[in-house]
Amino acid sequence: MAIPARRRIADVVAFAFATAATVFGLFWLAWILWTTLRQGAAALSPALFRDMTPPPGATGGLLNAFYGSGVMILLGLVLGAPVGIAAGTYLAEHGRYSRLAAIVSFVNDILLSAPSIVIGLFVYELVVRPSGHFSGYAGAIALAMILLPIVTRTTEESLRLVPDQMREAGFALGLPRWRVTRRILYKAALSAILTGVLLGVARIAGETAPLLFTALNNQFWSSSLNGPLANVPVVIFQYAMSPYDEWHVLAWAGAFILTAFVLLLNISVRVLARKGKDR
Amino acid sequence: MNDTATALRLSPTNIGSAAATRTAIEIRDLDFYYGKQGKGQALKSVNMSVPANSVTAIIGPSGCGKSTLLRTINRIFEMYPDQYATGEIVIDGANVLDRRYPVSDLRRLVGMVFQKPTPFPSSIRANVAFALSYYERLSKAELNDRIEDALRQAALWDEVKDKLNQSALSLSGGQQQRLCIARTIAVRPEILLLDEATSALDPISTAKVEELIDELRQRFSIVIVTHNMQQAARVSQNTAFFHLGELIEFGRTSDIFTNPREQRTKDYITGRYG
Repeated sequence: MAIPARRRIADVVAFAFATAATVFGLFWLAWILWTTLRQGAAALSPALFRDMTPPPGATGGLLNAFYGSGVMILLGLVLGAPVGIAAGTYLAEHGRYSRLAAIVSFVNDILLSAPSIVIGLFVYELVVRPSGHFSGYAGAIALAMILLPIVTRTTEESLRLVPDQMREAGFALGLPRWRVTRRILYKAALSAILTGVLLGVARIAGETAPLLFTALNNQFWSSSLNGPLANVPVVIFQYAMSPYDEWHVLAWAGAFILTAFVLLLNISVRVLARKGKDR
Repeated sequence: MNDTATALRLSPTNIGSAAATRTAIEIRDLDFYYGKQGKGQALKSVNMSVPANSVTAIIGPSGCGKSTLLRTINRIFEMYPDQYATGEIVIDGANVLDRRYPVSDLRRLVGMVFQKPTPFPSSIRANVAFALSYYERLSKAELNDRIEDALRQAALWDEVKDKLNQSALSLSGGQQQRLCIARTIAVRPEILLLDEATSALDPISTAKVEELIDELRQRFSIVIVTHNMQQAARVSQNTAFFHLGELIEFGRTSDIFTNPREQRTKDYITGRYG
């Protein structure tokens, strides 16, 4: 049977729009990657990962910034992800029909959309001021607070996607709730929960505002979390605003590495999600 | 057992020569409500003696309360708020509906298999070992024996013995359902509840599960809910017909299908509604 002309035209138009939208989105991503790569190419050398951030007029790398970012992201992850997974589990499983869960869920939404600079200021008041100095710990706490609501929400959603039949089957065997959750539901939702955690990491990897008030920056090598710590986003901010060409190039290189890292994380998320579907 | 006239009439032991005499589940004045303030009543003063070591089929049109009855026996309904039951369900002399009766003991005693196969996302072995290792401390050898035993009883052993460590999700629907049965009987319950356990399966898998049910009744008391009247006729010794939350008629399957006492039963089994 012939498809009416109107439907065929609608199909072509919808297809064209969808394709155009996709190309539009990809175009900017490609442009960003290309620009950062082109501008930062001069600094993309082993020295980038070997040397410290230089003073004006000298050459150097971003090793201390990479280290600081890595450590703070890792610590933020260790602090934020378990609490987020626990809270998401509470919302999806234990607190399903409770008023408290509804309130927690609402508060989580607020936290999720809170401007990150506010989180930075909050941690400044909470940690930096009482301790009297900026520190990597404060930075990690701020990052954890940004990660927390993301992981909470994605964990909750992931667990809700597991059909109730699975819970019933577990409970029908007489198993207690925690065992059903831990041994069955987490397993069923594993790839989705990990996806949420990785997306959270991608988000905090690029956060600058919360670190400005907490970890600040450090031009020299420091492995101590109990003092100002260099990190990629703030270094990019500082170097890009500076009048020195060497700093500009390093800022571009840092931006490229950061963007590539986030892209890589997102690709792993895709791969993970697909693996989850295959099982 | 029961002293009211209705209960006498409904008790299978009083209708001809019942297939079994020992009672596995004694249900007394069971009411079930969905929603707050008992807005929806799903079961209305049900009285019923489910005989041991036989298959009891529960039939009736959609929404008649047959699945609800099953979900009351192992108290799985407690998962959801605003659902509650009153009355008594007596198993081994204890009222299991009493909140003080530990639900984990009850569910060990009363296993349940659902309409859709629900293998857990882990290996075949882990699925069977799952509840087993929770209830009993077993050595590795004992555990292996029990797993093999359960899979044999569920007529699945020959098909899976070489791939116990493979994902349970790789099995066919019929195999998955038999795995769910294996997982349930591994903890050695007394009673098995099957909630339309074959309605998601193809005819060949259905036949296999039905055959299995017939074998399992040697060791377990089985209650099945089914939409399929031929299935009820094939596998059960006793049949209960429910309509709008009431037990209309309960008796030997052969009697229910050839010579029902109630007009409503007759209408249903001849396909006039439902």
